[in-house]
Amino acid sequence: MIAKKSLQLSKCKKGDRLQIVFIPDGLQRSQLIRFGIIEGDIVHCLENLPGGTTVIQKNRQEIAIGYKFANKIIVTKI
Amino acid sequence: MNQNTNHIEHHKHISETTIITESSNKKLVLVGNPNVGKSVIFNYLSGIYVDVSNFPGTTIEITKGKYLNYDVYDTPGIYGVSSFNDEERVARDIIIDADIILNIVDSVHLERDLFLTQQLIDMGKKLVVVLNFMDEVKKHHIKIDIDKLSELLGVPVVPTSAIKREGFDKLTQTIESACYGKQDPHLHSQLHSMLRLVGSQAEALLILEGDEYISKKHGINPINMREEIYIERRNRVNNIINQVLTEASIRKKISTTIGRWTLNPFTGIPILLLILYFAYLFLGKLVAQDLVGFTETYFGHELWENWICKIVNQVISQETIIGQILVGEFGILTMTVTYLVFLLLPLVFAFYILLSLLEDTGYLPRLATMVDRSMTYLGLNGRAIIPLILGFGCVSAATITTRLLSNEREKTIATAILQFVIPCSAQLAVITALLMSAGFKALLIYVIVIFSVLVVIGTVLNKFLKGEASPLLINLPPLRLPQVNNVLQKTMIKTFAFMKEATPWFFLGAAIIGTMQATGLLDLWQKALAPLTQHWLKLPVETATAFVMGLVRRDFGAAGLYDIAMNPMQTTVALITITLFVPCITSILIMYKERGWKTATVIWIGTWIGSFTIGGLVAQIIV
Repeated sequence: MIAKKSLQLSKCKKGDRLQIVFIPDGLQRSQLIRFGIIEGDIVHCLENLPGGTTVIQKNRQEIAIGYKFANKIIVTKI
Repeated sequence: MNQNTNHIEHHKHISETTIITESSNKKLVLVGNPNVGKSVIFNYLSGIYVDVSNFPGTTIEITKGKYLNYDVYDTPGIYGVSSFNDEERVARDIIIDADIILNIVDSVHLERDLFLTQQLIDMGKKLVVVLNFMDEVKKHHIKIDIDKLSELLGVPVVPTSAIKREGFDKLTQTIESACYGKQDPHLHSQLHSMLRLVGSQAEALLILEGDEYISKKHGINPINMREEIYIERRNRVNNIINQVLTEASIRKKISTTIGRWTLNPFTGIPILLLILYFAYLFLGKLVAQDLVGFTETYFGHELWENWICKIVNQVISQETIIGQILVGEFGILTMTVTYLVFLLLPLVFAFYILLSLLEDTGYLPRLATMVDRSMTYLGLNGRAIIPLILGFGCVSAATITTRLLSNEREKTIATAILQFVIPCSAQLAVITALLMSAGFKALLIYVIVIFSVLVVIGTVLNKFLKGEASPLLINLPPLRLPQVNNVLQKTMIKTFAFMKEATPWFFLGAAIIGTMQATGLLDLWQKALAPLTQHWLKLPVETATAFVMGLVRRDFGAAGLYDIAMNPMQTTVALITITLFVPCITSILIMYKERGWKTATVIWIGTWIGSFTIGGLVAQIIV
């Protein structure tokens, strides 16, 4: 198996299909679990706005993540 | 499973109810994620006779109503029960005390919403799940097996469409059959041991999930199993979803496309400008100028004030001190009543209509996303754009909406920006008129100075206040057409609550100013200010009057400049100073109430120093 290159969520491009690899601990991690997003999930990058605020989509749900948190979330492109 | 739940009941003690006023009625509590149509269902159940109050110790509003022999409570929209923010803390305490919970769920976002549902079940609450937005489910080509869902959760599930008012009959019939749901057996046994210590299953669960407040209440060291419980619950919910949900192809809807446009700056900024323009037309022009102009002048000054003056004059002369305080320039029966009823009431009503419309469409979270990064330079995140934009309508009302920011630090920065630099619609109108006559150069200097001050305040506070901007993490609700009924009902409830709160403060403020005027203190103040205006600001001496008036009302201050002969650069200096100068009495009072006397006093004194320093500096350069 070829190791997929992992990158920060804030560096993703609009339209990317991503698998979540790592979400740092804390309240915001818990909040993401409540929204239905944990490691291993597959999401779409809907927008990556100038400055790094990233909008991801899972099923019909859209979630906006500020750049500071998006910097710490690690994903792989699939 | 039923055995389990019965067995839990045996161990249940009556939980302490200190927060919610006692009555013999059962407590029916509406709980759900934000934007799931909770308020429509609440309004259906309780009608218009509701009571809005602040939850003790917070600024979160709680709506309470009656339905048959139930006390019905609406709670703030939450994604889970814990202590992540003010909304959750308030919802948590009401949920702990609830007898029956109506859990309203967005059928289109089951995956997200059922997390809260399962958590409520784990808290050992009697539950009815309301599957709202069933009409949209069809449009999204989703199928939900409702019977199966009910079986897996172990509680009744009622499909509704709040917009079409479908399923409400069934809902009311089902409330009585609310029951305890199914829990994960492993979690149940853990709950069981904690239950012995605390006596309430809801609180036992929250302690296991590491809720510090509840742990402290029972003198138990927080046990942090949140991660473990959350992931288990997430898996359980995903498992349920897999069994009940079938999805056909997803086709893009027009609302989805517009939703995307609002996020991207290239399309989002024009959309924002369009919305602002309509808001200005409605609030700034139609209501603030035309309607209020009429109600204030005609009903207020002409009808009401003349009438009440005559009545009072029969008892006590207007020339006496008491007479002046009652019906003088700042009279509590004249000015105060006019301001409250004929000026503030229509403004606040119109303002809440706009706010409810914006809320119900789901646009605001998208706007917050678009401006998120820029706001971080001011120590805020995207959510703070909401109060700042509302500030252009009315700084006082906007100061209240700083409540939606996530921490004290952000609330303080946003309040400071509002109170310093954002001119309210009434003041804006006068400023625009004066600037237009002073020419383009004046306009340019004014805009540059005010915008720089905004950036400097945000940047400086960001640097000196402890902590940093919390990163944005919000769920973007789908864009929906707001329901007229719901908007009006919400507006009425909020307006009434606002007036109830603001009224006593107004009378107090007017009494103080009236006394100052009657005793000659106001005159002294005006004279004391004169050297500052003449030498430092290089303005005509009469402008001191405008500043004194500006203390009472911002637009009064600006209007006071109308009749004073000044050259264009003097006008610019005067307008910059009056914009930065202390906010009107209402917004000061609201600021004291919202931010506490310490922060509020610092900001208030800051506006004195800031406005004269900056105004003076500009005067030294350009006049």
